[in-house]
Amino acid sequence: MTTQIASPETSASVVAGPAPHPRRPFGRWFRETGWRHVVGIVMLVFAGFPLVYVLSASLNPGGTLLSTNGLFSKISLDNYVRLFQDPIRPYGAWFLNTIFIGVLASVFSVFLCALAAYAFSRMRFRGRRAGLMTLLLVQMFPQLLAIVAIFLLMSAIADIFPALGLNSQIGLILVYLGGALGANTFLMYGFFNTIPASIDEAAKIDGAGHARIFFTIILRLVAPILAVVGLLSFIGITGDFLIASTVLVSPEKQTLAVGLYQYVSTDAKNYAVFAAGAVLAAILPMILFLSLQKYIVGGLTAGSVK
Amino acid sequence: MSAQDRAGHRRHRRAAAYAEAAAAGWKVWVVKILALGIVDAMALFAVFSLATSGQWTAAVLISIGVLAINAVYLIPGLLPAKYLTPGLVFLLIFQIFVVVYSGYIAFTNYGSGHNSTKDDAVNALLLQSQTRVADSPTFPVKILEKDGQFYLLTEDPDSQEPELGGADQPLQSVPGINSSGAPGYTTLDFQGVLANQDKIASLAVPLDSDVNKGYLKTTDGSNAYLFTSTLKWDPQADTMTDSKTGMVYSDTGHGAFTAKDGTQLLPGWQVWVGGENFVRAFSDQSIRGPFFAVLVWTFVFAFLSVATTFVLGLFLAIVFNDPKMRSRKYYRVIMILPYAFPAFLSALVWAGLFNTDFGFINQTILGGASIPWLTDPWLAKAAILIVNLWLGFPYMFLVTTGALQSLPDDVVEAARVDGASVWQTFRLIKFPLLLVAVAPLLIASFAFNFNNFGLIFLLTGGGPQIPGASINVGSTDLLISMVYKVAFVGSERDYGLASAFSIIIFVLVAVISFIGFRQTKVLEDLN
Repeated sequence: MTTQIASPETSASVVAGPAPHPRRPFGRWFRETGWRHVVGIVMLVFAGFPLVYVLSASLNPGGTLLSTNGLFSKISLDNYVRLFQDPIRPYGAWFLNTIFIGVLASVFSVFLCALAAYAFSRMRFRGRRAGLMTLLLVQMFPQLLAIVAIFLLMSAIADIFPALGLNSQIGLILVYLGGALGANTFLMYGFFNTIPASIDEAAKIDGAGHARIFFTIILRLVAPILAVVGLLSFIGITGDFLIASTVLVSPEKQTLAVGLYQYVSTDAKNYAVFAAGAVLAAILPMILFLSLQKYIVGGLTAGSVK
Repeated sequence: MSAQDRAGHRRHRRAAAYAEAAAAGWKVWVVKILALGIVDAMALFAVFSLATSGQWTAAVLISIGVLAINAVYLIPGLLPAKYLTPGLVFLLIFQIFVVVYSGYIAFTNYGSGHNSTKDDAVNALLLQSQTRVADSPTFPVKILEKDGQFYLLTEDPDSQEPELGGADQPLQSVPGINSSGAPGYTTLDFQGVLANQDKIASLAVPLDSDVNKGYLKTTDGSNAYLFTSTLKWDPQADTMTDSKTGMVYSDTGHGAFTAKDGTQLLPGWQVWVGGENFVRAFSDQSIRGPFFAVLVWTFVFAFLSVATTFVLGLFLAIVFNDPKMRSRKYYRVIMILPYAFPAFLSALVWAGLFNTDFGFINQTILGGASIPWLTDPWLAKAAILIVNLWLGFPYMFLVTTGALQSLPDDVVEAARVDGASVWQTFRLIKFPLLLVAVAPLLIASFAFNFNNFGLIFLLTGGGPQIPGASINVGSTDLLISMVYKVAFVGSERDYGLASAFSIIIFVLVAVISFIGFRQTKVLEDLN
């Protein structure tokens, strides 16, 4: 499925052949193809206008929600400067926190999942099938359902280990790791299975132990998948509002999702500054997403479509 | 397999395990010992802290867990466990345990006003209702400090002996005490008193282990007076009596001292209330009404989210699946931008766009209209579906495009040869095949939107508030955002009721996924 999505143009053109069309009369052209452009333009406007609006608002100096309505009427980088000068709303800290939490949590989460997927894919043991089935079921129950208990558990942990409990970024990462196995193991298990077992066998005969096989052979072979799963969990984790807002209390420890929400919920006067913050926050994920788009969509669908 | 074979097999496996362990080399062992050492040290500390505060269940659970981890990594063999344990530990604590814990909290009255033990509640009540005794003698005091806690040193009014007490420690004599200090305690000078004025002013030292005798409090750090509570605590009868009004408050088993007329003294304490939270959710009219409204909307929202995004995505996939059309690549890139833009930001941006007075939609597109997009119950629902359509159609577009292009050509060809029209081919051949391919994704999308907290909370905050509801819940709230608001938003925090709602969502999700799995037979394919 990945390949079809990756290159719809090529596969489609193979079907149609490279036949050059003789020029059609306008009416026929419109009936056959032209109306598709009309739909396309309508969708471009629908898909694009909120994004154009944010970009325009972010460049509008001193913009409130009302004054940002004239698209690109004034242009300056004023808001981007102000964004980093507000001591009550430390955008710079939020940005770094988000990267820190997102990177650590997704790297560890990928590692934990790879360990588990390796065990499920390459070893035969009692309870293996039950374990896989449990993981499949756990997938249906996202962590956020137990948010109240997570909050209370974190405040209990804070009594013993303040560095790991409520209002701790490490604590938040630990909570995210709790959701890791349920979310990604199954996807990875599928990919591990596609690597022929004969490779392991050969390495084993050459005297490699299980750890060596895992770290130097299997992990290398599935590296592209690890990257995709890591990126997906990075996007998921950095976009999380619920758990982050529950665990992180003080402003300088919060993430972009929690911090930017306060910009919008507390006052509409600073809308342009928020827009600048949103543009900066969106650039990295959008570049990552668009450049890896074909792998991501392939990864998303491969988990369910056989 | 004979018994002998089996024994031989087992021996063989054990030998292999030892060989494996021996081959691992010393580096692996160093890492292993270090990691286990850190885990063990932290666990030991946690167990000690828990044991000293009397939380034995938690202490025992942690001990068992850590022993199991040590066993897994120190015993040769058990290879699958070595690979699974790191992930399982987190899964067990932060996903499985928290669910069980939610189940427990759902049966308690945990929440604001009910968040500690009965002893704490009694102390808090007595402290908060203190007044100075009119003819109180003057107690000359000195302020002592130890480990950041403050203590009062004074003379016993009867025996003239020096005594010392703190917030949790009634006045008593300690070894080596004299009228100017005590060993192990620092006597604060005037500067020290000034520096800690607030903490000293809030210090109340019980005169006796019987708290009804009153407390010593000082404002200037040199003279203290006797304060007694207007409430009298009777441990035998388990009642609180207000000495001014004569009202008797007794423990009725609901976690607070309650008078005959139903007035409660708060703070109360945490108690097991049985199914009371569930009974409230299903029978209290001011909770049941909003709860059912939210329940219905959650299903409607999840269903419509999938339906609208799928229909638009499929339509676009068909429209752009024409090889004769030019510049499809550019349309595609722009159309998936909403999917690439972080979803939490999208919700916040749209909240601005939909703003009634200043938003772009009312002001610019609709030329100065004042349509209450986010504050009218129905319009807010429509707004949410529009935003979700914007967020979700690119995904469905990508997925259905892929599925359309991977449909077998021969079937479609055969239909055309048989004389089926384009529409018939689509409706009877392509669409059913497509649906089979994307059904699991549609189910996953339904499950995701069922708990799409971010969109709702960041766009409308769940509002507008449902009139007549006694809990903090609005007409666009999903079950999950209702849980969050009941537990964390506003001054009335009700963890018990919120957890009861969580458990209800849990049961619903379990039923839905049971049906889903039965339909798609995913579990049977597992090998």
